Amino acid sequence: MELTGAQALIKSLEMCDVEVMFGLPGGAILPVYDPILDSKIRHVLVRHEQGAGHMAQGYANVTGKPGVAIVTSGPAATNIVTPLCDAYMDSVPMVAITGQVALGSIGSDAFQECDTTGITMAVTKHNYLITDPSDIPRIVKEAFHIATTGRPGPVLIDVPKDVSNEMMEWYWPDEVDLPGYAPSTEVDPQKISEAIELICASERPVIYAGGGLLKARASDALKRFVEATGIHVVTTLMARGVFPDSDPLCLGMPGMHGNYTSVMAFQRSDLLINLGARFDDRVTGNAEFFAPDAKIIHVDIDPAEHGKVRRPDVAIQGDAKRALEALIVEFQTSAGSTPDRSAWKSTISGWQEQHPLTYEQADGGFPLKPQFVLEQLRDNTPDDTIVVAGVGQHQMWASQYWKFDYPYTWVNSGGLGTMGFAVPAAIGAKAGQPDRTVWAIDGDGCFQMTAQELITAAAEKIPVKIAILNNAYLGMVRQWQELFYEERYSEVYLSPDHPDYVGWAEAMGCAGIRVESAEEVVSAIEKANSINDRPVVIDFRVDAFEKVYPMVPAGGSNDDIILGPEGDADAKAKGTAPS
Amino acid sequence: MTKATDTEAQQDLHILAVLVENRFGVLARIAGLFSRRGFNIFSLAVAPTDDATLSRIIIVVDVHNTDVAQITKQLDKLVNVLEITELQPATSIERELMLARVIGADPEAVEQLLTQYGGSIVDSNDKEIIVSLHAHPDQLDLCESALHKFGILELQRTGRIALGRLGD
Repeated sequence: MELTGAQALIKSLEMCDVEVMFGLPGGAILPVYDPILDSKIRHVLVRHEQGAGHMAQGYANVTGKPGVAIVTSGPAATNIVTPLCDAYMDSVPMVAITGQVALGSIGSDAFQECDTTGITMAVTKHNYLITDPSDIPRIVKEAFHIATTGRPGPVLIDVPKDVSNEMMEWYWPDEVDLPGYAPSTEVDPQKISEAIELICASERPVIYAGGGLLKARASDALKRFVEATGIHVVTTLMARGVFPDSDPLCLGMPGMHGNYTSVMAFQRSDLLINLGARFDDRVTGNAEFFAPDAKIIHVDIDPAEHGKVRRPDVAIQGDAKRALEALIVEFQTSAGSTPDRSAWKSTISGWQEQHPLTYEQADGGFPLKPQFVLEQLRDNTPDDTIVVAGVGQHQMWASQYWKFDYPYTWVNSGGLGTMGFAVPAAIGAKAGQPDRTVWAIDGDGCFQMTAQELITAAAEKIPVKIAILNNAYLGMVRQWQELFYEERYSEVYLSPDHPDYVGWAEAMGCAGIRVESAEEVVSAIEKANSINDRPVVIDFRVDAFEKVYPMVPAGGSNDDIILGPEGDADAKAKGTAPS
Repeated sequence: MTKATDTEAQQDLHILAVLVENRFGVLARIAGLFSRRGFNIFSLAVAPTDDATLSRIIIVVDVHNTDVAQITKQLDKLVNVLEITELQPATSIERELMLARVIGADPEAVEQLLTQYGGSIVDSNDKEIIVSLHAHPDQLDLCESALHKFGILELQRTGRIALGRLGD
């Protein structure tokens, strides 16, 4: 069967079980858009290529399947660099297809030419420039294999326009042949028994649960491991939901804005069991002072993470689910007695009692506190609601105050910290899980970066719900300027009224609701929940002066955690070199 | 920890023999990886192997501030990298080629020096001499220092190549 390269490309995507792709056509990708009309694959037409990338990420996060974005050459390719980098940092499986100028024009500075593979080399797991249409099925199959196996990540395929137009004889390869790519998922039994020895000797063990557990679909295995061992679980920003917040052994989020108990459990632990986390600087603070007494068991599918930041005592390379299953078996068959951990348990419960997360919603409902909004949202939405956040204060409050009881209900930009992530990622999540309620928690600064994708959502009937915690500021930057730059507020004020968020939402085909006091919160949420024929935006006018606590000043030790405004003076003194 | 001098840093050189698929962009992937991870390349030599679909890249890395295992593990993640071997200087044959254009005021003395190192004069006129030496990089270092007294006008070294020594 003879096909054009473009037809072969779309057929290859069908062979890889692609259901939906997010994109925007243009010159160099035009040939590929023609067979889309005849394909069963749904195409969601975005308003900006960055949106296509984040939608693919949101889709991948909640479905476990690779997200697909398709855009043209030049500026479209550069517009998708941010989502690629975001997906690379957070290990999100994603395949991006970009158009390219004709092979003969490459290198001539042709119209809408850019060196896409060169530019994206540093932000993809791998990328391809196709030079022969006969390579298309092989390369597409390889790209999906690379994106979804080992440590997942984004793969880009650059397709020159003439390659799309040329004819090829269709085939579908049975297997991939990648001699330089063989991620190992098997775990070394010797390391498993060494890990169990450390676990059985530990008086103050803590599980440091990372996003890799979600990638490995290891939530159930983690629950069984915790049932067997009784060890407390700290869930990083990337792992919220992997272990239920309602379980008494779940301590919640660690790190710069983690709760006191999680932060101190790490600091005082004698054994961290790191499962698919990477000792990110937002978790460790100054790594030199992080968990000083702890031995380290580090399970990671990427061996380069072992020793990158902290040298492990036992490094287990492989799939986190397999590792956990092996650890459970080894624990049940060979574990002897464990030390008495009652003192450690009472220390932890003491911390929890003394230092819960706190805020005060003033009587009369004004000013409206962002934490109050989040608690009401949490309590007035289905338990399996998918929550998608942007980046900043609202993201930290969302992680702190939501109660995540199911995996794959929390989507955010962790590593790259991409403002504007929430709206398009929520649309991608809803496209992947149309029967679930999807709420984006966004900041006013973030919302203004990518809000135009709500036009996409309205046009494509993807009814996401957006809660803007509108404090009229780039709030996290404002917080740092207050604490570390002598309250010199440089270029952080955004105004609560410009834009008119309700008017903007309506202009984009969404319902718009404004909330100014605590009394209006629940009825607004109920109204939003009742609207399912279009997206809804709620403009929550929240207190501009509220800060995120606890806080570990950047570059400081986690021991210097600041619990609330009363610690601001300490923060100012210690946080002289934020980064 | 005191700040290392250049000499100390140079003593922390490791040799990586990296077998890669011979495709365009592979060298850029490797160079880009070193650049973005902050690894230092001391020298680099690239050419196809006896199998034209493969190239071997000999990278001499400065591991003064980096764990060599971290470099090899990051390199190993590149899809086009097939095999990485760390060669220990004690158990390796290392060679490098140097060409130098020097002032030809005293041709006999230049010739005598080169004889001592096993090099040769490959071109000359009444003003300048081009010399060639292929040997162990340490020998090149010594010869290069000695050439300074004649006046070096231009000098080029290839970067080292290496193979593991044969066992018994």
